[in-house]
Amino acid sequence: MSVTPDQTLDCSGMACPMPILKTKKAVDSLQIGQILKMIATDPGSTSDMDAWTQKTGHQLVASEKEGDKFVFYIKRMK
Amino acid sequence: MATESSKRLAIIALHGTLDLAYPPLILATAALALDMEAAIFFTFYGLDIIKKGKADKLMVPPIANPAMPMPVPNIVGMLPGMTGMATMMMNNWMKKAHVAKLSELLDMAVEGGVKMIACQMTMDVMGVKREELIDGVEIGGAATFLSYASENAMTLSF
Repeated sequence: MSVTPDQTLDCSGMACPMPILKTKKAVDSLQIGQILKMIATDPGSTSDMDAWTQKTGHQLVASEKEGDKFVFYIKRMK
Repeated sequence: MATESSKRLAIIALHGTLDLAYPPLILATAALALDMEAAIFFTFYGLDIIKKGKADKLMVPPIANPAMPMPVPNIVGMLPGMTGMATMMMNNWMKKAHVAKLSELLDMAVEGGVKMIACQMTMDVMGVKREELIDGVEIGGAATFLSYASENAMTLSF
């Protein structure tokens, strides 16, 4: 992945709704334009991250699957 | 058809069973993460969710519940101890799936600013006192809930 994250958040093993609660907190702690790398194992996080970024206006720069882990790169937009 | 999305979630929590306590707390805390406001109106048995020290002791009855992962015939489900057994199993499944405890979700809801309203009328009916409830809860009635919900809230009941 060519995106360089400013912060990493590991939500492995967490179930809904924890990954989005933690992600929200982490993104709020970033500067605008900075990128959070979030790792989750909850398969629901793929659609949840789509919905979350759409609703909050932050940008899902990239996402990928590494084994049983889902990795998301989220840019704080506002 | 309005296209403006709702920024407010108003939930009625009516039941005090383990399974039915989860959705209001999950949705309310998730709403906060989506930059929405949320309120939960706890009424009738739902008041149990916000009693001090009660959240993690809520139970799930196997009786008349054919959807339990391990279904129990009603004639067996009615025996003493079966509700406790079903609750223990459900708690184990939840733990295995890494689902947060109800007390944790409750704390996050209060800390995150979910408006927690305890229904005055049902507190009177069921003899529930203010001091039995957790901190961060306000007491109100139908008008309190409706005035909150009337401001373009999506409303759910559990």
